Amino acid sequence: MSMIHKTATEMAQALADKSITAVELTQQHLDRIAAVDGDIHAFLHVDSEGALAQASESDKHRAAGTARSALEGIPLALKDVLTQKGVPTTCGSKMLEGWRPPYDSTVVTKLKNAGVVILGKTNMDEFAMGSSTENSAYGPTHNPWALDRIPGGSGGGSAAALAAFEAPLAIGTDTGGSIRQPAAVTGTVGVKPTYGGVSRYGLVAFSSSLDQAGPCARTVLDTALLHEAIAGYDERDSTSINAPVPQVVAAAKRQDVKGMKIGVIKELMGDGFQKGVLDSFKQSLDLLQEQGAEIVEVSCPSFDYGIAAYYLIAPSEASSNLARFDSMRYGIRVGDDGKRGAEEVMSATREVGFGKEVKRRIILGTYALSSGYYDAYYGSAQKVRTLIKRDFEAAFGVADVLVSPSTPTTAFKIGERANDPLAMYLADITTIPVNMAGIGGMSLPSGLSADDGLPVGFQIMSPAMQDDRMYRVGGTLEAALNDKLGKPVWAQAPELAVK
Amino acid sequence: MALNYDQAVEKYEPTLGLEVHVELNTNSKMFCSCSTVFGAEPNTQTCPICLGMPGALPVVNAKAIESSILIGLALNCSIAPYSRFARKNYFYPDMPKNFQTSQYDEPICVDGYLDVEIETDEGPKTFRVDIERVHMEEDTGKSLHVGGATGRIHGAEYSLLDYNRAGIPLVEIVTRIVPGTGKYAPAVARAYVTELRDILRSLGVSDVKMEQGSLRCDANVSLAPIGSGKLGTRSETKNVNSLRSVERAVAGEIVRQANRLEAGERIVQETRHFLEESGETRPGRSKETAEDYRYFPEPDLVPVAPDAAWIEELRATLPEKPSTRRKRLQEAWGVSDNEMSSMVNAELLDTVEATIALGADPARARGWWLGEISRLANEKEVHPTELINAAQVAEVIALISSGELTDKLARGVVEGVIAGEGSPRDVIEKRGLKVVSDDGALMTAIEAAIAAQPDTAERVRGGNIPAAGALIGAVMKSTGGQADAAKVRELLLKHLGQG
Repeated sequence: MSMIHKTATEMAQALADKSITAVELTQQHLDRIAAVDGDIHAFLHVDSEGALAQASESDKHRAAGTARSALEGIPLALKDVLTQKGVPTTCGSKMLEGWRPPYDSTVVTKLKNAGVVILGKTNMDEFAMGSSTENSAYGPTHNPWALDRIPGGSGGGSAAALAAFEAPLAIGTDTGGSIRQPAAVTGTVGVKPTYGGVSRYGLVAFSSSLDQAGPCARTVLDTALLHEAIAGYDERDSTSINAPVPQVVAAAKRQDVKGMKIGVIKELMGDGFQKGVLDSFKQSLDLLQEQGAEIVEVSCPSFDYGIAAYYLIAPSEASSNLARFDSMRYGIRVGDDGKRGAEEVMSATREVGFGKEVKRRIILGTYALSSGYYDAYYGSAQKVRTLIKRDFEAAFGVADVLVSPSTPTTAFKIGERANDPLAMYLADITTIPVNMAGIGGMSLPSGLSADDGLPVGFQIMSPAMQDDRMYRVGGTLEAALNDKLGKPVWAQAPELAVK
Repeated sequence: MALNYDQAVEKYEPTLGLEVHVELNTNSKMFCSCSTVFGAEPNTQTCPICLGMPGALPVVNAKAIESSILIGLALNCSIAPYSRFARKNYFYPDMPKNFQTSQYDEPICVDGYLDVEIETDEGPKTFRVDIERVHMEEDTGKSLHVGGATGRIHGAEYSLLDYNRAGIPLVEIVTRIVPGTGKYAPAVARAYVTELRDILRSLGVSDVKMEQGSLRCDANVSLAPIGSGKLGTRSETKNVNSLRSVERAVAGEIVRQANRLEAGERIVQETRHFLEESGETRPGRSKETAEDYRYFPEPDLVPVAPDAAWIEELRATLPEKPSTRRKRLQEAWGVSDNEMSSMVNAELLDTVEATIALGADPARARGWWLGEISRLANEKEVHPTELINAAQVAEVIALISSGELTDKLARGVVEGVIAGEGSPRDVIEKRGLKVVSDDGALMTAIEAAIAAQPDTAERVRGGNIPAAGALIGAVMKSTGGQADAAKVRELLLKHLGQG
């Protein structure tokens, strides 16, 4: 019996019951990928052999009664920005074509230690720069809800894999919304943990002070299980937080928000937001109120400068982080004809290896860090960052969690904003403040937009290292929505053509 | 008519500035656990972190922080309660990330000084060299340019890269400008680097071997007409690989710049390369178009905030200042300046001190270590202390003092100890190296010598005392050098009626 439409929790139960083996479960997902990924293009690399070997190992653990975690034997899709030893890692860039990292990222090590089966690497905007996955050097990913629409970005591949039932779990990374925005437009759940909550070791850096890997799944509980599997202090990442992992699984199961104060951020709704998105958001607020939460309005005036500041800080760090791609040690090399010097070869390689958006951001960041401009650009942006943090602190003074729509609109059409970077950047207006402040953020589906029938995301934000709060609210809202709508949003996705 | 040095310093006032790079002798690199041992096969001491692999992250070496603080304390600096690393961005193939992780506007130690004493025409004089900052950074890899005539990049066919050195911890010690040294600028520069080297050695934080590059000095020199009260344009001379070169490079730059100024030319602000053979400098990279390093705080590392109590603990462990210690020992041992510097330069001061502390006579201790033992060590191309230790040498010296060994026998004992034959006592035993002072045995040898040279004996009887030398020599020879020569002389003269 095919298990692919089940949740990870249900799959784990079936594995525990021995009604299915990990090898069978993995094979079902590999078959699904083979059947639908031609249309979706969620994966850049499918590691069938490696996945089946891991699954077989997993079956041995289950049989011996030594299951390594609750997720033993569950398949997962890994965003192609995290290193996995010996498995191609491209970051969606031509630059890293053919590169097989010699080491595992900490997230991968933890997944392996938990017995999670890694199916392959998912598509993304090049070096995680984008909100539509159209910036991948390997072609766009299509939204399983409407193939002519974007699956969000940069982690569109991971989100689409979940929505297309190619995997029950996925890993994303979120620098300005790259987990939450794709989750929102694909009807799945995505969490950006507190900055420092999950190790960045082996996460190919876009913007070091903003990047955060996180869990993605179809349900809040599945996301929580994956969260606990990958989180925790890592001595290899100096910015990781040496504190116990928040109890997110227990929080996801709690199903109770009585007495909680939920703050609605005034600045993250209104003009520019799609009506269907706002209606869905308000419906969720009503449900939370019915569940006993108190809804309060809060104001975060500095958020208006969030995008501007983000597009100085992230490109500045990116201009430095991406300097290492010079063809000397790994990746492609262009123009090494024995006549050109090293600098010319570097230049030729970077010209060919990087796409347009990556170049745009490198140039932007190089400019912002230049002597004479540093204070006006990078310096001012850091001040805005401090103001955003203060806004959050003040807001968390009156509310336990903060909420907003995850994105201003549902999934837009492929190509619609490809030539309008500013319109594209606005897709992250709601998600960016969370990264700027280093706090936690979750997007979960709140229904379908009445105007276009596409999924809408509801964003919940919690203070640093209080990630359990958003799971508590998310788990409760998810159950209330399921009651109200009859079935989960993800279960309403259209059937895909099977090849 | 070109100006010579004396003429140059009569017309122009030199101003010095010195930047010293010190490789710390930590076991592992600045930001990873790779070994720092010098001379390994190229690229064998590397890992994803020091190769700047995508996704790898740095972690600060705590020992390097400790060493940096010790250096700062020894140089009378304030230790910053909060300092940060920064990225210095520029492209070069031997720099894996194409940025160097360094410290910029927030160094770990600031505002210190070092007093150095030099000989002047008016006797010894102390100059205070103000230290602006001590900061930490990582070393780059090494490029080997193959196929060119000079080993330089221009004209080379290709270049090889060795990243073993990449990431080795460096501390940079930067002085403020040192004005008012006049014609003594070269001597002050040398004295400063010498004193600094001795301090670093006494702290045990670096090998301080200029020839291996573990201590590198860049000398900044500028000239202004005497009495002008102005500062001229400076040049920065690199590749200064010995203490003598420091002195020569500064003097060479003074002469070069003075002659340019005399000719009405201006001084170009540039990096120059010291040429060991000629003592001149040649132009390197021009700094006229100042490279923009686009420094910004390193987002992959957290600030360094050393605990005040820890700093005080470190301060309490600071060794006596080398200059103070040298003066104290020199006085106690009654040795000349030259003898003192020989011991310092041979890195034997500690060992000689230890030998003396074990009861050896200072002159003998110095003599043995700098003489016979250094000679043997030179032959084997090792440091004397790798052959024999202070306790063994002290024991040999004690045996000489008590008359149990002659100097010649003692050399045999030392050889035996070095050959691994055991303690000095063991060697004496095994090799039968006892001084023969037994009257009976000596008399037999004396009688034999007289019998062999009756004429000589007759001359001695006749009052020609110096002739006894030949007979004493014969006795020494027949006893294999083990006879106590003084005793032989006494017995012989007595026997021949001259006692």
